Amino acid sequence: MKRIAGMPESMSAVVTHYCPGCSHGVLHRIIAELIDELDLRGRTVGVASVGCSVLAYNYFETDFVQAPHGRAPAVATGVKRARPNLFVFTYQGDGDMAAIGTAEIIHAAARGERITAIMYNNSIYGMTGGQMSPTTLMGAVTATTPYGRSEENGRPYRMAELLAQMPGTAYVARTHVADVANIVKTKQAVRKAFEAQIRGLGFSMVEVLGNCPTNWGMTPAESNRYVLTEMLSYFPVGEFKDVTKEALAGVHA
Amino acid sequence: MEPMMTMMKGNEALGEAAIRAGCRFFFGYPITPQSELPAYMARRMPEVGGTFLQAESELAAVNMLLGAAATGVRAMTSSSSPGYSLKQEGISYMIGSQLPCVVVNIMRGGPGLGNIQPSQSDYFQIVKGGGHGDYRMIALAPAAVQELVDLTILAFDLADFYRNPVALVGDGLLGQTMEPVSFPPVKTTDDDKDWALTGAHNRPKRVITSLELNPENLEAHNRVLQAKFAAMEEREARWEEYRCEDAELVVVAYGTSARIARAAVDAARNMGLRVGLYRPITLWPFPGEGLTRLAEQGVRRFLDVEMSSGQMVEDVKLAVLGRARVDFYGRLGGMVPTPREILGQIQELMGGEA
Ligand SMILES: Cc1ncc(C[n+]2csc(CCOP(=O)(O)OP(=O)(O)O)c2C)c(N)n1
Ligand code: SF4
Ligand SMILES: [Mg+2]
Repeated sequence: MKRIAGMPESMSAVVTHYCPGCSHGVLHRIIAELIDELDLRGRTVGVASVGCSVLAYNYFETDFVQAPHGRAPAVATGVKRARPNLFVFTYQGDGDMAAIGTAEIIHAAARGERITAIMYNNSIYGMTGGQMSPTTLMGAVTATTPYGRSEENGRPYRMAELLAQMPGTAYVARTHVADVANIVKTKQAVRKAFEAQIRGLGFSMVEVLGNCPTNWGMTPAESNRYVLTEMLSYFPVGEFKDVTKEALAGVHA
Repeated sequence: MEPMMTMMKGNEALGEAAIRAGCRFFFGYPITPQSELPAYMARRMPEVGGTFLQAESELAAVNMLLGAAATGVRAMTSSSSPGYSLKQEGISYMIGSQLPCVVVNIMRGGPGLGNIQPSQSDYFQIVKGGGHGDYRMIALAPAAVQELVDLTILAFDLADFYRNPVALVGDGLLGQTMEPVSFPPVKTTDDDKDWALTGAHNRPKRVITSLELNPENLEAHNRVLQAKFAAMEEREARWEEYRCEDAELVVVAYGTSARIARAAVDAARNMGLRVGLYRPITLWPFPGEGLTRLAEQGVRRFLDVEMSSGQMVEDVKLAVLGRARVDFYGRLGGMVPTPREILGQIQELMGGEA
């Protein structure tokens, strides 16, 4: 009989701690499905960051190491350099990657580390109770911008576009998981990012726009609408760097 | 066959010793006075199939070390005082995660940017914690280049044995000192530890983390760590006693200041003064046992000499516990005491007592 639905083997059969309606779980599932489909489970080391996804290691049936806040790309670098046959990915939030871990992500990308960084951008510090992050939109009310993010906080910046400029990157994209069609597109992008690492083309990264219904003070449906309207208007989806096709055509050979 | 002797600078001998110990991964960031070590590793690692990586900061370097250590390989990072401050984050995480590694601190004058001269003012930071949480790590303090080689190799063995980082502590003077050394043959190490992250192929997944949200479980985890620290205290204290047998006064010093103090002790002996030297080789666990015994045997005064304002002296006082008088002599800010200065202190103390 053909199996048409079920849990990916790389996903643990446990209840997650994520809030109802949170999209962290959707992104976990995409990653787990791809680890299965690309037959990577036996040689994967995931690197968990500090944020709501700090316990990601409980949800994947792969080896995992937990990094200090922001340092996941450095930890992943150490893992990959020590054992180059491993498939190594980081799973980081916007605060983890774009604030405290800026140096580590930029330099991992610049060096072209053969790792994949997945960023869940919910434009807020979810785990610590909803403070402003570097990607919080202008005007947004958070615990540390009670009157709305204003010019004195600076403006949100775009990580995917920034990393696309780094010489060592092979694939960089932004997607979102606020509707079904784009969940499918996110999976396609993460697949390309994983394949870029497997083929040794360089550093790959996918920034995934997601919600945080709890700290945005919205219902899950409202929060997905916020992603589709407000976030998408500031953070365009797309592929900002893709050398995979050139590599296939032999241009980078 | 006698091993070959070669002339080598401390910093480079340290690098070669690490390679002989089976270290194949080095993550560094330039800072004086340890820069010869990363430079040596950058040259040597490719020759032995290892990896040298210059990180973007000490924070990145120590976290790369964490990642490499998590896969079971022997790995090392090195720095000097300001950079060692940045390594504290990774050290705390690696101790919490029970990961072995070696971290070198070639100390320089502080606080702040200070200067690049030899110093011993990071004793508190290295021995008393530095990073957050209840933790301890073995700290080895060689006083000569051959000892630096031997202790580097020991550092990797101790790190693996206890699954805990080990600190190797020196200063710019030791790093620059050129002496004849011999190296043991290259070790083959077993990287396939039963906790190492190698991919969950035909086995359940493994997780390395320092996070434990449940306080009961975190307390239990801390008890496991504490039991390891107790075993280290029990077994790993190392020190050297020099001319202490009939001594009335014993100088206590480690590393570079011990080397200088030794010359002062010899000079004092030549003058007929009954003086010895007690040299801690491990700074943690602090080898207090021998000091306690000496105090009980009738040593009436201890003179602690450091290139700091008096940090180790606190541990000396704890070991002596009022059984004898403990005096202190220190130079600060990268100044190095001379044998004559120390001899002067000895004479003053012994004369004053006569
Ligand atoms: C060194 C350090 N600083 C601060 C914190 C507190 N902290 C935990 S999670 C977090 C922010 C996480 O936000 P993000 O990366 O966006 O992840 P999210 O929870 O939104 O998924 C912070 C600041 C910490 N654990 N360590
Ligand atoms: S706080 Fe936000 S990001 Fe974190 S689990 Fe809840 S909804 Fe998701
Ligand atoms: Mg976030």
